Amino acid sequence: MKRFGAFTAVAGIDVEVAPGEAFGFLGPNGAGKTSAMRMIGATSPISEGYLRVLGLDPEADGVELRARLGVVPQEDTLDQDLTVAENLYVFGRYFDLPRPVLRSRIDELLDFVQLSDRRNDKVDPLSGGMKRRLVIARSLINDPELVLLDEPTTGLDPQARHALWERLYQLKRRGVTLLLTTHYMDEAEQLCDRLVVMDQGHIVAQGSPRELIDRHVSREVLELRFIDGQQAPAIERLEQLDDDRRIDRLESLPDRLLVYTPDGDAAIDAVNELALDPLTLLTRRASLEDVFLRLTGRQLID
Amino acid sequence: MATPIALRVLEGHARTYRHTWRGTTVGALVRPALFLTAIGVGLGTLVDDGPATADALAAPTYLAWFAPGLLAASLMQAGSADGMFPVMAGMRWVGTYRSTINSPVRPRDLFLGNLLWSVIRIAVIGLAFVTIAAAFGAIPFGRGLLAVLPAAFNGVVTTAAMSAFVVTRDSPQVLAGMNRFLILPMFLFSGTFFPVEQLPDAIQPVVYVIPLWHGVELTRALALGGDPTLPWAWHLGVIAAVGVVGVVVGTRLFARMLRR
Ligand SMILES: Nc1ncnc2c1ncn2[C@@H]1O[C@H](COP(=O)(O)OP(=O)(O)OP(=O)(O)O)[C@@H](O)[C@H]1O
Ligand SMILES: [Mg+2]
Repeated sequence: MKRFGAFTAVAGIDVEVAPGEAFGFLGPNGAGKTSAMRMIGATSPISEGYLRVLGLDPEADGVELRARLGVVPQEDTLDQDLTVAENLYVFGRYFDLPRPVLRSRIDELLDFVQLSDRRNDKVDPLSGGMKRRLVIARSLINDPELVLLDEPTTGLDPQARHALWERLYQLKRRGVTLLLTTHYMDEAEQLCDRLVVMDQGHIVAQGSPRELIDRHVSREVLELRFIDGQQAPAIERLEQLDDDRRIDRLESLPDRLLVYTPDGDAAIDAVNELALDPLTLLTRRASLEDVFLRLTGRQLID
Repeated sequence: MATPIALRVLEGHARTYRHTWRGTTVGALVRPALFLTAIGVGLGTLVDDGPATADALAAPTYLAWFAPGLLAASLMQAGSADGMFPVMAGMRWVGTYRSTINSPVRPRDLFLGNLLWSVIRIAVIGLAFVTIAAAFGAIPFGRGLLAVLPAAFNGVVTTAAMSAFVVTRDSPQVLAGMNRFLILPMFLFSGTFFPVEQLPDAIQPVVYVIPLWHGVELTRALALGGDPTLPWAWHLGVIAAVGVVGVVVGTRLFARMLRR
């Protein structure tokens, strides 16, 4: 539970994460993901409730706990006066790492985030994605047992994202526990063993990506795009059709209409029968994104 | 043996200083040299030619009287600067404090580490000042080394108080305002350029609550080899009291602002 004055940012989340697990927090902007991560990271006291991280009480054993955590904050906050390598060096010294250890670890981490050739450059001229990679390297400087990643790959190009996922897999295989927030559903599906979807400080669903998809959305999705003004009448007619076998649920997005269905072909038939005449029509398997929309967006038919 | 956490913060400052020492140190040295030349020597010649100077100032020359005051005022200003822009940057503009506290470093370690760094920086500037002042013949070098102590103490106390205040502020205008309406008047009217007895009677009591005046009194007494206006312990006590309040309130406010 986390309150800021009278406002409750995290209203009560009940989760347990096992060692070596990759666990995700999903949720729309302002859901309380960062607030939750900061409490777990022992930089923000809990307002109420019970929290243990690596067996330690963040309130009483903050120093000891943070020594064993790696944190990728949502904002980069690198030291502009220092070079790339020095940012890692100074941060490593905060953990009291011996200088020789630190030197070899800096080489290794810069290599991993592919910034070795920029090691003596100041931070400011780096691109956004490079800064992000440096922050990720910084979070690993103390060889943490648990890494908290708040939107780790926001701003990374696809290659860099895949490279990071690969590194996170490696960490996981070595037994490191990962806790991450993300707005990328593919990232959550790729990385997370289990995840929770948060909304307004509450958990609205939890489980493995597969479980969530099976539980909350039907198997297939029809994506329909219409010319301006045609979407609303199409929704009306699909609602009137009220055909549960073919149409499970509708989700209206600003740019398209999603038709959830157990059977994509049957749903296409329905669309054709009604002569809706969409601009484009595409069938795909339901994904985590659909779960997210379902749980945190508004719904038309249930 | 684990390094005390505040010392790790200090080490970080030392690293950063490798890149920034030119700008900050040169500025802190050139200004006193200019003031000593323009006011101490230039204006001083006029003052010394005037009536009854040595008696009014209890000093051989205006330059000898002015230099210790300038020393205390310069170190106060250096301390104030240490509590302003670095704190604003760490807290808001760049946000480095917010990532630093993800390590074992606590907000209070940040506050204390910053303060330790300020001790070093102010000591260096103070020693350089004394060297320059000795070259001007304004303060004998040996006495100058003693006189640096209260001046530096008051400077570090200023850092503590200023950073405690600045950590709670979010707009840079506040810094400009502080410089204009607090630091500059203190710099000018704490018995630095002229004795406070010259101030209107109504204003004189105000001076007693300004730490810099006490710092100037102590610094000048040590530099000239006399006694300050009030007993030594009183002067020292006022500065120390501000320091204690600054440290206690500062550590708390750093924690309150960073651990939300
Ligand atoms: N220091 C603070 N003081 C007051 N309110 C805060 C503070 N930090 C966060 N909040 C509020 O708490 C709520 C949750 O914020 P939080 O940053 O945890 O969301 P989030 O899920 O991380 O969102 P995003 O996806 O945009 O990063 C928001 O309404 C936010 O305004
Ligand atoms: Mg967030």
